[in-house]
Amino acid sequence: MIKFLLNIDRRIIFILVLLALIIPLKSQIFNMPVKPTSTVEKIYKKIESLSQGSIFLLSSDYDPQSRAELYPMHIALLRHCFRKNIKVISMTHWIYGVGIAEEALKKASAEYNKKDGEDYVFLGWKPGFAMLIIGMGQDLYSAYPTDYYGKNTRDIPMLKNVASLRDIDYMIDLAAGATIEPWIIYGSDVYKFEMGAGCTAISAPDMYPFMQTKQLNGLLGGMKGAADYETLLEKGTLVGENLTLEEKTNLAREAMRPLTAVHLLIIILVIMCNILYLLTREKK
Amino acid sequence: MTPEKNNKTIDTILLIIFVAFLLGINIFLFSGKYLHFDTQGVGIVVAAFLTLAMYSFLYKDNPLFKIAEHIFVGIGMGMGVVLTWLQVIKPLLYKPLIRHAIFDNTPGTPDYILIVPMILGIFMFARLYGKTSWLSRWSFAFIVGGGAGIGIPVIINSLILKQLEPSLQPIFVDWVVTWQSINILLILVGTISVLIYFFFSLPHKGTIGGISRIGIWFLMISFGATFGYTVMGRMSLIIQRIQFLLTDWLHIIK
Repeated sequence: MIKFLLNIDRRIIFILVLLALIIPLKSQIFNMPVKPTSTVEKIYKKIESLSQGSIFLLSSDYDPQSRAELYPMHIALLRHCFRKNIKVISMTHWIYGVGIAEEALKKASAEYNKKDGEDYVFLGWKPGFAMLIIGMGQDLYSAYPTDYYGKNTRDIPMLKNVASLRDIDYMIDLAAGATIEPWIIYGSDVYKFEMGAGCTAISAPDMYPFMQTKQLNGLLGGMKGAADYETLLEKGTLVGENLTLEEKTNLAREAMRPLTAVHLLIIILVIMCNILYLLTREKK
Repeated sequence: MTPEKNNKTIDTILLIIFVAFLLGINIFLFSGKYLHFDTQGVGIVVAAFLTLAMYSFLYKDNPLFKIAEHIFVGIGMGMGVVLTWLQVIKPLLYKPLIRHAIFDNTPGTPDYILIVPMILGIFMFARLYGKTSWLSRWSFAFIVGGGAGIGIPVIINSLILKQLEPSLQPIFVDWVVTWQSINILLILVGTISVLIYFFFSLPHKGTIGGISRIGIWFLMISFGATFGYTVMGRMSLIIQRIQFLLTDWLHIIK
């Protein structure tokens, strides 16, 4: 029996994982309350503290491969900003991220009847990375003479008082790769604006040191970070305020049930494998 | 029949069943008006096929996976070329400079300073031909020199000096132990023990060996945390795909 279990076909484990993912999606099994973590709460509270008309920069540096993890938090952040009438500047350092950044901005702005140029601006993609951040810090209009749609940035009403990164009230980088560090190094540390970040789960542990140094004020790590933010957003809804159908669509929280189930399965498998290993070692 | 031939026959049968299953499901979805025969409907079917084709690799390498893999690489490459032309070369080089050289009646004056980066950019392609490959070193020298000059001072500030601060905090304030004291102590012990683990100029014996062992424990805990997060990340990707298949494609979940 031990030998059979130790040599089990990996495809059987794949099927178990698949079942652990599909069953909770269809039913309400593993429906547990989502308790927001303090790192997510800090970002939420910071955006809550911003006054109407504040300037929020959102750099969505990810592509379709990381959409599953970062798009839910992208939408949640935009909804929060538009709900509070905060002006949003959206951009991306990733060439393949243009489509997603535009889609998220259009979706969230349509829900709150926000207008391009007045309530939000989409700067699109531009090469340069660190050089672009430095350029934005020196003169935003020179770094981006036009927005994504070709409009002159000097003529955009929303950008009238935003000459450089120093005029940003808060900034979040949604990163699938190593873009958070350059934003800290060349952006927030040099031009002195407060910054938070959202990233894929795999890179979240590397970001914790930046929170100890307060170079990041908060962090949304992977799907759990997005689910936490959705929970806070729903809790923060005023009594009597009706959520739209779109706002009720919690992309990340829906994924928490299968995520819990599959994590439980993997923990069981890891413990079982270790016990079997110890048993076979004793026999030897 | 040899076992190898037998396996091949089983694989071929499974492949035919899989394709027939996909065809049958899609015919049902279109005829039952679950999907409309428009760009969105066809797009969902294509996305569902590519998703399943990619995941078929979990069984074993097969022609469907290869088709999906090549489509992915081709589309990625094509999209990259188009976006680079539309968002880099056209607005930053063609419009302000090259267009003026081709057409006489172009409004405005050409931006001649762009000739320098354009030439440096062309030099990068010189690597493709052995005799001229040395020209690319000028471009690389510009990138490395400029990058180092701009990067080194700010990187030292942000990634070394600022990162040192949490390790240099006082552990006790007025000799009162708080949770913060424990955190600072853990950071201090972790930093020193891991640094000693990677210090190979002394043999890891005695006190040095003991401290480096503590360093190994810190590293193991950090690897465990990273592994846990990696599992969450990878599972999030598959959950999103399954949500797409069950919701947008099959309409099993509303």
